[in-house]
Amino acid sequence: MSKEWPLWEVFIRSQHGLAHKHVGSLHAPDAEMAINNARDVYTRRNEGVSIWVVRAADIVASSPADKGALFEPSNSKVYRHPTFFPMPEEVKNL
Amino acid sequence: MDHKVNYLLRLGDNALVLSQRLSELCGKGPALEEDMALTNVALDLLGQARMWLGYAGELEGQGRDEDRLAYLRDAHDFRNVLLVEQPNGNYAHTLMRQFFFDTWHYFLIGALTKSSDTRIAEIAEKSLKEVTYHLRRSGDLIVRLGDGTETSHRYTQTAADELWMYTGEVFNYDDTDQAMVAAGIAQDAAMLRQQWLDHVSDIFGEATLAMPPADAWMQKGGKQGRHTEHLGYLLAEMQFLQRAYPGAEW
Repeated sequence: MSKEWPLWEVFIRSQHGLAHKHVGSLHAPDAEMAINNARDVYTRRNEGVSIWVVRAADIVASSPADKGALFEPSNSKVYRHPTFFPMPEEVKNL
Repeated sequence: MDHKVNYLLRLGDNALVLSQRLSELCGKGPALEEDMALTNVALDLLGQARMWLGYAGELEGQGRDEDRLAYLRDAHDFRNVLLVEQPNGNYAHTLMRQFFFDTWHYFLIGALTKSSDTRIAEIAEKSLKEVTYHLRRSGDLIVRLGDGTETSHRYTQTAADELWMYTGEVFNYDDTDQAMVAAGIAQDAAMLRQQWLDHVSDIFGEATLAMPPADAWMQKGGKQGRHTEHLGYLLAEMQFLQRAYPGAEW
């Protein structure tokens, strides 16, 4: 089966969600069926959701070996982090 | 029996029996995703069956709730059409039965949303989204199978030919159906049949399948309680527990 049906990654934005979130993956022969399947497997048909499917092969991931080069420079410089600014109470969601 | 109660039993029994058939495939779908989809459809139909049978029981006023109607009637009291009680067969068979049913169901439920009986209109309204999805799904899969490989085409065509004789019954209106049309509850048969034929013809065209003749001989009897030999076995399995332990709370 997996020989003919490629793997798709599924991203779903829930009714009140702000962004699409990766929820899992599934096998499907093409994009249309991947959407249908994602609806059956991952949404339980909640209304107002948006589904993105993308072939797993089209996703480029960072390599764990590059962790140092990618993330270390920011971690070691505290002045890069915006943590020294007191935020007013009224400002939510930051 | 009151025509409206009879009509509601037919709606409920169609959904109930087809739901039972689809449930038999739980864990046996050709792919995990298909398995989920089939059981989702089964659950949708079961929900609809509960609403129709619940309303039928209330109208009848003899203290039969949805459970008693589902579990304590024998085959000759079931009012489902013969199409839905047909065995699952191979996957093309299952999907063809579903596609034939969904097409009819979609137009039927659409018309029932405008029913003069507000309760029926409400149940139809609630079911329409589900039914719309069912039709989209089964139509899509029929095209894929019919226009797929040589083998899948052959299986799908065979399924269509074998099930065709069970598709006419729904348009064969008896006194109950006529009374529902007269009361502004149901849609007339001719229009419904035309919508059904048009949609099936569209999908068959896309699927490169040959459509059997519209005027072919049609099997009937389910709506009046005369069923094929398959229903008895289905009910024996479905009703076993309630028959063995009648009145048990669950």
